[in-house]
Amino acid sequence: MAPTVTLTVTRYRPEQESEPTLQTYEVPFRKDWVVLDALNYIKDRVDGTLSFRWSCRMGVCGSCGMMVNGEPKLTCAAFLSAHLPGPIRVEPLQYFPIVRDLVVDITDFMRKLKTVKPWIIRKEEKPLAEGEYLQTPDQLDAYKQFSMCINCLLCYAACPIYGLEPGFIGPAAIALARRYNLDSRDHAARERLEILSEPDGIWQCTFVGECTKVCPKSVDPAGAIQQYKLTGAAHWFKSLLLPRGAR
Amino acid sequence: MSAGSQYTLYHPKWYRRRVSVWWWLQKGSYATFVLRELTSVFVAFFALVTLWQVRAVVRGPEAYAHVLARLKSPLFLALHGVAFLFVLFHAVTWFNLAPKAMVLRLGGKRVPDWVVAGLNYVAWLVLSGGVAWVVLRG
Repeated sequence: MAPTVTLTVTRYRPEQESEPTLQTYEVPFRKDWVVLDALNYIKDRVDGTLSFRWSCRMGVCGSCGMMVNGEPKLTCAAFLSAHLPGPIRVEPLQYFPIVRDLVVDITDFMRKLKTVKPWIIRKEEKPLAEGEYLQTPDQLDAYKQFSMCINCLLCYAACPIYGLEPGFIGPAAIALARRYNLDSRDHAARERLEILSEPDGIWQCTFVGECTKVCPKSVDPAGAIQQYKLTGAAHWFKSLLLPRGAR
Repeated sequence: MSAGSQYTLYHPKWYRRRVSVWWWLQKGSYATFVLRELTSVFVAFFALVTLWQVRAVVRGPEAYAHVLARLKSPLFLALHGVAFLFVLFHAVTWFNLAPKAMVLRLGGKRVPDWVVAGLNYVAWLVLSGGVAWVVLRG
């Protein structure tokens, strides 16, 4: 008999249930299969009512993040073979409200992301005729790591502070703010620092460090936040010691 | 459509899980984190004991001898033992985290994490050695 593995999947059908339940599925075990393959097998062959998000299945789109055995993971990169013997627990990303089955509502993140202005802001745009803004490899290197974020929100699901203080702007949004601050073409670092120095900004973070551990793109949001704190503290000291003009 | 009707945005019927009070026991790394936060209590303890000693020094030799005798009691020795372990944990985790917050660049390259942490450890050893020398030289 072909080997199989059991998946215990969270179901939540708001029109039928008032809280999530668990459902188990038996799927074929193949060593080249990831959890997402198993979920697609269920959707196609076993139970078409199961809802989950996915798109690229290659760690680029950031839409298939779920809790696999209690750990936030991209299910397209979580091999069944790494979670044997099973049953493998598949749940929606924690700390986000569940809409249906494995689908969570990420509106909160989208709103917070916008508040940190994750785009290049210039004091003055140069005329198109002068061409593009050039960068040296070193200037690119300064922010490249933080620009790898795919908004998969595994870092939010790993952050107990976000769970306890839902107002917290959170790891990815802060890392992306840092990404634009470190960009040599951008001029809005001061503006973003003011937003992130608010009570729900960088100072909420107590450096649990889990966001960095679960990041599938090695963005290191925890590092970004601590570096931001250092910048924030230095800025505060300067504003305390120096006259306005010299800051 | 009647004039009184209102347009309401669609809103899904969310389910929100509450975070358990025991969230920090769910994972080894969460527990380590809470333990690290807890070390601050013991750092404060050491600071208070030092202040207490300084006060005794100001009050004269008799008061200082009294404080020393107090500190030699089994209760204080045990407390110091525990506090020392926590402060050690505090120091080690702090130094290991230092390279995350401090990004040093030399010649366009980022200085590796272990160098930044290592420099912290070296500074720690040198300072501790200095203090030990002052205290123990008689």
